[in-house]
Amino acid sequence: MDYEEAKEKIVAGLTKKKSKSKFYFNDLAKILDLKPRVAKKLINQMVTEEVLEYWSSGSTSLYGLKGAGKQAHAEHED
Amino acid sequence: MAKHETPLLDQLESGPWPSFVSDLKQEAESRAKNEKGIEYQIPVDVCEDLLGVLELSFKHGRTHWKHGGIVGVFGYGGGVIGRYCDQPQMFPGVAHFHTMRVNQPAGKFYTTEYLRNICDLWDLRGSGITNMHGSTGDIILLGTTTPQLEEIFFELTHTYNQDLGGSGSNLRTPSDCVGQARCEWACYDTQAICHDLTVEYQDELHRPAFPYKFKFKFDGCPNCCVASIARADISFVGTWRDDIKIDQEAVAAYVGGELPSNGGSHAGRDWGPFDIQKEVIDLCPTECMWLEDGKLMIDNRECTRCMHCINVMPRALRIGDDRGCSMLVGAKAPILDGAQMGSLLVPFIKVEEPYDEIKEVIESIWDYWMEEGKNRERLGELMKRQGFQKLLEMTNIKAVPQHVQEPRHNPYIFWKEDEVEGGFQRDVNEFRKHHQR
Ligand code: HEM
Ligand code: HEM
Ligand code: SF4
Ligand code: SF4
Repeated sequence: MDYEEAKEKIVAGLTKKKSKSKFYFNDLAKILDLKPRVAKKLINQMVTEEVLEYWSSGSTSLYGLKGAGKQAHAEHED
Repeated sequence: MAKHETPLLDQLESGPWPSFVSDLKQEAESRAKNEKGIEYQIPVDVCEDLLGVLELSFKHGRTHWKHGGIVGVFGYGGGVIGRYCDQPQMFPGVAHFHTMRVNQPAGKFYTTEYLRNICDLWDLRGSGITNMHGSTGDIILLGTTTPQLEEIFFELTHTYNQDLGGSGSNLRTPSDCVGQARCEWACYDTQAICHDLTVEYQDELHRPAFPYKFKFKFDGCPNCCVASIARADISFVGTWRDDIKIDQEAVAAYVGGELPSNGGSHAGRDWGPFDIQKEVIDLCPTECMWLEDGKLMIDNRECTRCMHCINVMPRALRIGDDRGCSMLVGAKAPILDGAQMGSLLVPFIKVEEPYDEIKEVIESIWDYWMEEGKNRERLGELMKRQGFQKLLEMTNIKAVPQHVQEPRHNPYIFWKEDEVEGGFQRDVNEFRKHHQR
């Protein structure tokens, strides 16, 4: 799978899920239908290009579309 | 006059122990005085507000911190833990109070200059409050604001040649005992492998793709000074395959009282003359030691390398020469399934650069856990759910007697057809030649 295709799948997959804004890495790997260590390279690139962003509780990390979800709002220091 | 009244916290100071409350007050005072003329980049009264919000939490019986956050430095999914106060009007100094984890050097060797630089940076751009060191091993810098994160990261990496550590669903900052730098019991160079694996697995450290946290810890010997066996997903515990080296003259010197046992520790009280039978031989967990004509004998086949006898008589007994480590897997703290100690996976492996054999084991474990682990499931929990046999299969390791925790615990061993010579099918006619109907 090339990067652009993966990006489209992820953006479409995450936009579809209205009720959630943050996802486990495994959810993303499942959307791509790839083994985790292969999916990781593509997903890393999406973070670098700011398509995705990390969210961390400190102990657990989640991924979301950049700017999606309530917390982003709270953190824009408005 | 303190900014907030804190009667509940003040009470904590009355105990006999060193108090974090006193420490925070001291830091608050020092920031307020600002004798060095620092141009503080975050609120000067951050420590006062920290005390204030904690007092309020005690009063309310609930926390006033929000859960988690999006902060991080560019390209890293770990190393920064976002913390926001949910009462920012009352406590503006801690409206943001993010933690940064700084990857401590292997063995925690510092120069005073390095420590001074880190503290100066943190006085300028953070709260000045540190935790040396967190349970994971890192230097913990407690409390800064979002705009400071990139500034601090830049300074750390460019000026001080210092990386952030791991947090979240990452490989956590590997940590090790002081090892061969100071300790004659180190069976391998803990610092060398700790540093090597930290560098090798940078991607795993900084970019979260695991189901949950994952820890490596390196102990040079079974004394386990970093408690790897109790808290690392993979523990590397130094051990040896040949015999404990015995110096019978030194044994006699301990028995005769010329050498103090335990290297002279516990000397604060008179415990009476050293009794080798009571203090060493009878305490050997495998009962593999005895005296013969005044000589100390060890049946090394039975010895589990518990270190007890060596700790008591370090001049007389020394670790063997054929050294390496045991790899144990699946230890973790109590969250979810209860605390678990590590299970022995690799009884003995040589620890030699470039550590290819060890890396192979690590990577096969990660492949397995990343595919099969549920979200927020530690390796130890996955092992419990699917069984040790599955782990052996996935890591391509053959079952050996050392994998048996105790006999008769579970007598059922399931063979797969391809593991049985001739499979499960039999030739009935051949069978009937020997057995009547
Ligand atoms: C007077 C005769 C015998 C006595 C007093 C006796 C006693 C025992 C005892 C106390 C155990 C241990 C049970 C445990 O650890 O839970 C045991 C286990 C066993 N015995 Fe005997 N036994 C006798 C004869 C035999 C014979 C003739 C056989 C076989 C032909 C036999 C086969 C076994 C087996 C297979 C076990 C292990 C069972 C397991 O692992 O759960 N025993 N026996
Ligand atoms: C290599 C030969 C054998 C093996 C590996 C073997 C293994 C076993 C095992 C694993 C059990 C179950 C133990 C438990 O559930 O605690 C068992 C039970 C038993 N075996 Fe054997 N066995 C062998 C030979 C024999 C022989 C030759 C006899 C009798 C002449 C025998 C009699 C029994 C009996 C009476 C039980 C107890 C059954 C029960 O608790 O209901 N075994 N054996
Ligand atoms: S774990 Fe063993 S080798 Fe490491 S410092 Fe402690 S006693 Fe020494
Ligand atoms: S190391 Fe432990 S098990 Fe081995 S001989 Fe000494 S006391 Fe016994």
